[in-house]
Amino acid sequence: MNIIVCIKQVPDTTEVRIDLVTKNLVREGVQAITNPFDTYAIEEGVRLKEKFGGKVIAVTMGPPQAEAILREAISLGCDEAILVSDRAFAGADTLATGYALSKAIEKIKDYDLIICGKQAIDGDTAQVGPGIAATLDIPQITYVRKIEDIKDGTIVAERMTEDGYEVIETKLPCLLTVVKEINTPRLPSLKGKIKAKSAVITSWKAVDIGAEESRIGLKGSPTWVLNIYTPPPRPKGQIFEGEAQVTVNQLVEAAKGLFH
Amino acid sequence: MSGITVYKDKCVGCSLCVKGCPFTAITLVDKKAVIDLDKCTLCGSCVEACRKFGAIEIVRETTKTPDIEKYKGIWIFAEQRKGVVQSVAYELLGKAREMADKLNTEVAAVLLGHNVQDKAQDLIHRGADKVYVVDNPKLEHLLDEPYARIVSNLIRKHRPEIMLCPATSAGRSVISRVAVQLRVGLTADCTELDVDITDRSLLQTRPAFGGNIMATILSKNHRPQLATVRHKVMKEATIDPSRKGTVEVVTFDPSFFLSRTKVLKVVDEVTATVNITEADVIVSGGRAMGGAENFKMLEDLAKVLNGSVGASRAAIDEGWMPYSQQVGQTGKTVCPKIYIACGISGQIQHLVGMQSSDIIIAINRDPSAPIFNVANYGIVGDVFQIVPLLTKRFKEVL
Repeated sequence: MNIIVCIKQVPDTTEVRIDLVTKNLVREGVQAITNPFDTYAIEEGVRLKEKFGGKVIAVTMGPPQAEAILREAISLGCDEAILVSDRAFAGADTLATGYALSKAIEKIKDYDLIICGKQAIDGDTAQVGPGIAATLDIPQITYVRKIEDIKDGTIVAERMTEDGYEVIETKLPCLLTVVKEINTPRLPSLKGKIKAKSAVITSWKAVDIGAEESRIGLKGSPTWVLNIYTPPPRPKGQIFEGEAQVTVNQLVEAAKGLFH
Repeated sequence: MSGITVYKDKCVGCSLCVKGCPFTAITLVDKKAVIDLDKCTLCGSCVEACRKFGAIEIVRETTKTPDIEKYKGIWIFAEQRKGVVQSVAYELLGKAREMADKLNTEVAAVLLGHNVQDKAQDLIHRGADKVYVVDNPKLEHLLDEPYARIVSNLIRKHRPEIMLCPATSAGRSVISRVAVQLRVGLTADCTELDVDITDRSLLQTRPAFGGNIMATILSKNHRPQLATVRHKVMKEATIDPSRKGTVEVVTFDPSFFLSRTKVLKVVDEVTATVNITEADVIVSGGRAMGGAENFKMLEDLAKVLNGSVGASRAAIDEGWMPYSQQVGQTGKTVCPKIYIACGISGQIQHLVGMQSSDIIIAINRDPSAPIFNVANYGIVGDVFQIVPLLTKRFKEVL
């Protein structure tokens, strides 16, 4: 089984701070990491390969430095890695990103399954996965928390919903987006790390994947950011300290009006 | 020509853009900003950082939807589950009505499902002028392919200028496919919406970078402008039983209902708690709860407050609560009216999942725990002592 895992390099948003004076985001020293949800996608891809044979190809679109997360993917068990990188892709929104990744996947051609994280932590859109499936015109199962079975070209998976879960069946090839519950990612092995160091990362530009110029980068992006601002800080709270029953009474007195 | 330009005459060499660039693509050369185009992703952070001087500009040359002025009206996707229109649909209607009145246009709801036709009047009473109903046994479950195909087709036929969709797991999955099929923009998870009446563009505001910043997104050259909207943020439209509207039942060729995915089973995980994304009150527990059995006291408190129980990642990873209840970066983002954090220290990963709650109440032993920085009210104390007292006291006064 050939599996493609789509991953994204993101700033570690938990390290992003707000400069209280300039109100700007302080990004100095913020590390670029593999999107946490994509680590579950990588792990699931590698587990399926270990079970069914085949290979796992990690694909990312991003600036040249995104190569780092592809090497990490190889250290975790991916077999090949492709960096889709070109100035022409810059400024891509989810529509243009989904299109560019789809063109890269069309070029890979031979695949049974595409796995993405449910969303990236910098944008939180959850749109690129379904966007790829729609562009390639393949079925999708989003928010997958468990793959129950893959047999005779059919996959059965559990999809998380607001009320519980659904068991969904579809034919391969298909695209999955996965949630954290699906697995616990392994750590890179020493062998994996050595392999990653010397691995050849394939790099594709827009022309290599036959992307139409009008559908990539800024040109291919219907949405753009008009402005960015920091949300107003939360007002300073009332914190009660002291004897338990006293503080409880104080809190309930202060807060009871909020409940009705 | 699309791209980014630094106007050297306006650049004062203040380096705000250098600090603002998330991709370290900008350096100062001879006190002027120079952008490394290999690193630049045209994200626009520097334009924002340089707003005072206006020395950096991104020029976009996007295509435009033909006959853009012919697109009129605001649509909402009336998501139903098991034949019940979800309350988030009424929230969308409230916002749609408000914006439609500004734009002097109509509101339509799109209702897909099986045996749902009788729900159309509810949507009219809540502000829809028109309801498009597609009622078919094949639409019983919210399947991405037929739903997206039908919504895209209705849009092509009737040309709305805006369509709002719930930012639910189903809504996000369906509308993402619609956006690709129509090749238009889609903005995820909006928490504020407004319209610019001069060019009828939709101003879509949403949190990004884990809620650390808010971004307003535009898609002015394309129609319809698609957005998903977070549940519990907009106010539900009120009911006016005297409101009149039209219901149009639309039929489609069988090919429209084909789906390569099949729902084998729908399982509601009925626990003592309700769905945390729907709850008005959430009582959450963290590592300090010490064990699964201790969540019982949170359930007791939640019961008195008519809320549900959530948990931090630490508690989920210990296996004390199911993943469906996890609040935070790798779990769910919630914005209840009241969030009560019990024994949760308030790591940023947790805060990004709940800091937009209206009111936050924190109980923690450590007075310097970061959770107190975002709390409206708090008690410094031991959860095992405080929570039962709190339950008792609330029972007395509520």
